[in-house]
Amino acid sequence: MFHSVLTDTLVRWILRAGAVISALVMLLILIFLLIESWPVLGQITPTRFFTDASWHPLEGAYNLMPMLSGTLLASVGALLLAIPLGIASALFIIFYAPAFFVLPYQRLIELLAGIPSVVFGFWGLTTLVPLINQFHPPGASLLAAILVLTLMILPTITLTTHSALKAVPDEFLHGAAALGLSRWGMIYGVVFPAAHAGIVAGIILAAGRAIGETMAVLMVAGNVVQHPQGLFDPIRTLAANIALEMAYAMDDHRAVLFVSGLLLMILVMMLSAMAGKIGKHKYV
Amino acid sequence: MNPDQGKAVQTDCECDDAYTLGPLQMGPPCCDPEPVIQVEDLSLQYSGKTALQKVTLDIYRGCITALIGPSGCGKTSFLSAINRLTDLIPACQVDGRIRVDGRDIYDSACNVQALRRQIGMVFQKPAPFPLSIRRNITLPLREHGITQRLTVESITEQVLRDVGLWNEVCDRMDTAALSLSGGQQQRLCIARALALSPQILLMDEPCSALDPIASGVVEDLISRLSGHYTIVIVTHNLAQARRIANYAAFFWVKERAGQLVEFGHCRDIFESPTHELTAAYVNGIRG
Repeated sequence: MFHSVLTDTLVRWILRAGAVISALVMLLILIFLLIESWPVLGQITPTRFFTDASWHPLEGAYNLMPMLSGTLLASVGALLLAIPLGIASALFIIFYAPAFFVLPYQRLIELLAGIPSVVFGFWGLTTLVPLINQFHPPGASLLAAILVLTLMILPTITLTTHSALKAVPDEFLHGAAALGLSRWGMIYGVVFPAAHAGIVAGIILAAGRAIGETMAVLMVAGNVVQHPQGLFDPIRTLAANIALEMAYAMDDHRAVLFVSGLLLMILVMMLSAMAGKIGKHKYV
Repeated sequence: MNPDQGKAVQTDCECDDAYTLGPLQMGPPCCDPEPVIQVEDLSLQYSGKTALQKVTLDIYRGCITALIGPSGCGKTSFLSAINRLTDLIPACQVDGRIRVDGRDIYDSACNVQALRRQIGMVFQKPAPFPLSIRRNITLPLREHGITQRLTVESITEQVLRDVGLWNEVCDRMDTAALSLSGGQQQRLCIARALALSPQILLMDEPCSALDPIASGVVEDLISRLSGHYTIVIVTHNLAQARRIANYAAFFWVKERAGQLVEFGHCRDIFESPTHELTAAYVNGIRG
């Protein structure tokens, strides 16, 4: 009796400590970013990050817009490709694949999820970029970034969608089948609404990963600071910019890089706030 | 149905007690039962383990047939073989023959979707879809090609009235079906099945997850459906089987496989069973 009470108290405190530490780390990162970016945030009006003529930090021109658009275009492009592919392959595994195929396919997707991003970047640099170059130079481009990002977030979407679909209770499936619904009718009418929240959560997770991805994108995107006019134009993303310039940035330039870090974090926060909104299904 | 009425009919009519629940809309007169489902030598195996062995049974049109027996004797398996829900269970093998309206449903030419439209099913656990109340009924309708708005609306209202749910939900048709109480959810599931105007309703312990009051409401509903639909109901509640069923089939487990022991008029099964196991079970001595 005494023993179990003791264990309970101990476990409670360990769990509390874990929760507090995680929250604290998050908070400290935010505070750190704010402190580091304060030199410019206090000095110049924030609108200058969007209205300055260009990104020439050494001359005091701090327009982050081209890089923000690069980040968003690459992420949105990758999501547009990866969402249908990921959902389709998860549906295939659960509802259509022959039994012998399921396990190997699933292992393959899990393996794909575990490949380090630099390997994707390496592959993109040596294979994808030259290939695109043949059609439309220079090769290192928004398109290359989108394709590499798609490969990276595809397994995330597939695996999260897979587990969301798996979690749909058998009762719904049997009920739908007993009403003579076709397989697609069942998927569209019953399974999607039931698995909605989990699928959206997976997409948001993937979007966060796409926005923050640095190395793989840096290796294939060309890193020219500009608003891309088309898929074949090189871009530079915010994350890549930080990695590229942090080594030599000083004073205001350094602080602006922290501002772009802050911007990335705000983007991800907005995403998770959105996830909370969309994830709540009105009938569950 | 109230018990007095049943007795009165039993004494008045010599033939049998098959149809005591009001006017019939289909089916022959009461002394000439017409089989609508004919089961011959049905055996069912789950990954090589026999769950049901050599069951031969006729289900009569417009009647309520109760399947009774202890847990694990294959009643539910029997039920899901009739609408081929067994197809969904991997490693489930069905042998023998089931004919519905004379057509072999395990024939490769059988359209399973059409079959399941003809045979509705209600499960033990009420499981409305995570959609609005309205969409729970319109989804299967639309899937079967009934898309005209007025028709859909009138069917929806009709079936909800049939199950006595209309007055309770008509002002909140677009709220979540899962927000209904258990008994309401089960009646919605019955309405959902009725919307496709099936001939046959399979019910797998439809009242067992409900409290006594909700259970009574659903039971009354089933009684009212008798004659309009052919109903096969699995129940562990012997009193309920006795109250609502015209025919009863008693299953028992022999050598780990479910078998049909006795089939006959409900009254005969309960009052003058021919098999000693049946007698022991319905009198509460075994099972």
